[in-house]
Amino acid sequence: MAQAQAHSGQQHPIRLYLVVWGLLFVLSTFSYLVDYLGIQGYLRWTLIIVFMMLKAGLIVAIFMHMAWERLALVYAILLPPLLVLVFVAMMASESHYTIFTRLAFLGGAGS
Amino acid sequence: MAELTRMETDDVTMGPPAGLRGVAVDFASDQRAFKNVSWGKAMMWIFLLSDTFIFGCFLLAYMTARMSTPVPWPNPSEVFALNIGGQEIPLILIAIMTFILISSSGTMAMAVNFGYRRERGKTAALMLLTAALGATFVGMQAFEWTKLITEGVRPWGNPWGAAQFGSSFFMITGFHGTHVTFGVIFLLITARKVWRGDFDTGRRGFFTSRKGNYEIVEIMGLYWHFVDLVWVFIFAFFYLW
Repeated sequence: MAQAQAHSGQQHPIRLYLVVWGLLFVLSTFSYLVDYLGIQGYLRWTLIIVFMMLKAGLIVAIFMHMAWERLALVYAILLPPLLVLVFVAMMASESHYTIFTRLAFLGGAGS
Repeated sequence: MAELTRMETDDVTMGPPAGLRGVAVDFASDQRAFKNVSWGKAMMWIFLLSDTFIFGCFLLAYMTARMSTPVPWPNPSEVFALNIGGQEIPLILIAIMTFILISSSGTMAMAVNFGYRRERGKTAALMLLTAALGATFVGMQAFEWTKLITEGVRPWGNPWGAAQFGSSFFMITGFHGTHVTFGVIFLLITARKVWRGDFDTGRRGFFTSRKGNYEIVEIMGLYWHFVDLVWVFIFAFFYLW
């Protein structure tokens, strides 16, 4: 099957793309509604992240055909970006320290 | 040793062993790890991986600036609101831009599909439509930039709050808009080749002197979907957060 795909290229029914297109529209509408309805706090951030991940997943898996690629390529491409999360943790910690020093020693004047 | 030989044979006839074992076999094999992936597609994916880190760093810089400033961050919902028919509608321009970019991804996916069916008329038409939607997106972004600049947003300050808002905004959306612009240019170039039938007649490329095939449409599509993907993250973190 993998070999057959290698020769004929990625071939899937048009209907699948239309369904994903529709889903992306719906998910984007939901994301927009989060702002339009003025949802705040942890619920807002959770919804934003959930809709974002669903959209990203659909685009990568279906539009970019990752769902049908060989596992070696999938892992080689999708695992490294997870390391960015380590960077996020480091910079979040650094930001907390920066704002602490600004508030403690600059009286909140430094921006 | 016997097992290894068996697995290599499997590779040709039935594909790799399932799961992580298959990944290990692919990476431990000679010469190439991505067995059924052409070099063009593999290199596009690796380029996109590097681009992921670039945009990841931009969004990280924005997160760091926003988390570490004691000055309130301007509310994007109000900053990007548009006055339509006497009513302030929050974030409406950005929402429309999002729908346009998603639609362009949809038309691109269908272009790839028709490419592999060798229907070059439909492929080229859908690619041109994709390019038109992309150009519309860039146009709306230019409008948004103009609006914000006339309202006094600069990379070093703005009327509403933390100074880093402007620098983050121009940096992130500017880099993304540049990606879209280059995407449009390459879409037009590839659409012309498809239209002319280069991949049916085996015409050699102007730059590479090699014969191309319809996989180039899929590779072009990968780049285009990636631009859409990045926008999903920018929309979530910069505009909605």
